[in-house]
Amino acid sequence: MDLDKSVIGLTSKEYVFDVEKRHVQTFAAAIGDKNPIYNNEDYASKSAYEGLVVPPTFLIAMNNGDAEMPLDLDHRRMLHGEQEFIYHKPVRIGDRLICQMKVSDLYDKEGKSGKMQFLKLDTEMKDAKGELVCVSRMNIVYRSLGN
Amino acid sequence: MITISNLHELSAGQKLEPLVKAPISRVQLAQYAGASGDFNPLHLDDDFARKIGLGGAIAHGMLVMGFLGEYVMHVAAQQAILKNFKMRFGKMTVLGDEIKCSGIVEKVYEVQGKRYISLELTAEKVSGEVVGSGSAVLQLT
Repeated sequence: MDLDKSVIGLTSKEYVFDVEKRHVQTFAAAIGDKNPIYNNEDYASKSAYEGLVVPPTFLIAMNNGDAEMPLDLDHRRMLHGEQEFIYHKPVRIGDRLICQMKVSDLYDKEGKSGKMQFLKLDTEMKDAKGELVCVSRMNIVYRSLGN
Repeated sequence: MITISNLHELSAGQKLEPLVKAPISRVQLAQYAGASGDFNPLHLDDDFARKIGLGGAIAHGMLVMGFLGEYVMHVAAQQAILKNFKMRFGKMTVLGDEIKCSGIVEKVYEVQGKRYISLELTAEKVSGEVVGSGSAVLQLT
């Protein structure tokens, strides 16, 4: 069954994510990204960030499987088509962020194999003051099965 | 690796020196699975991947974006902050693939006294197959 517009605005429960040093280092090492801005305080303090930051795609690792949506999605139909990160403030080791995923859009497009649906899922991450730190935006292609 | 003297000197249309990553290994996919929390067997288990019609395990799309992220942060060096970064996934990346990241300055502009550079980014295989295309916005200091 296709999704309908009523899913727009649905949110997951809020969850807390702690940014830990070892996690950040393991993540950078897996990519093979040796930029000292993630672990050399001296170097990082002299950068535009004025301190250590996390790798740009680390935001994707900032969940513990807690972002459950009140939405019945068929994972076999889901294809990660596009990913966007919007950075309002740097994410630092030691940060505790309050995260929430929401459906920000749903739209249809005619594709080669018939109608395709696109689902936009935004995970907003806020600091203790409630200020938006960053957004991880997934664009999911919700395909029709059986063709 | 990449030599970019001064971001302030970049202008629209300029090509940046590419970054070529080491071939993707099974160990790297295991490392990435652990670090990202994405344990989809598609990336770790050849038998599973074959059952759904693939030749073998494929790399995490987000690992490829991670390569482009490495590239962008290298370009930014100590001179800029990354404000926006996006990528559209292209062809699948498999074990042994060597990914080349490249970028072109799309434009240099100012908003409210702050200077920005937008980059067009591409991640491709040696064969030229594009595995990711995207963009980034850097704010200069």
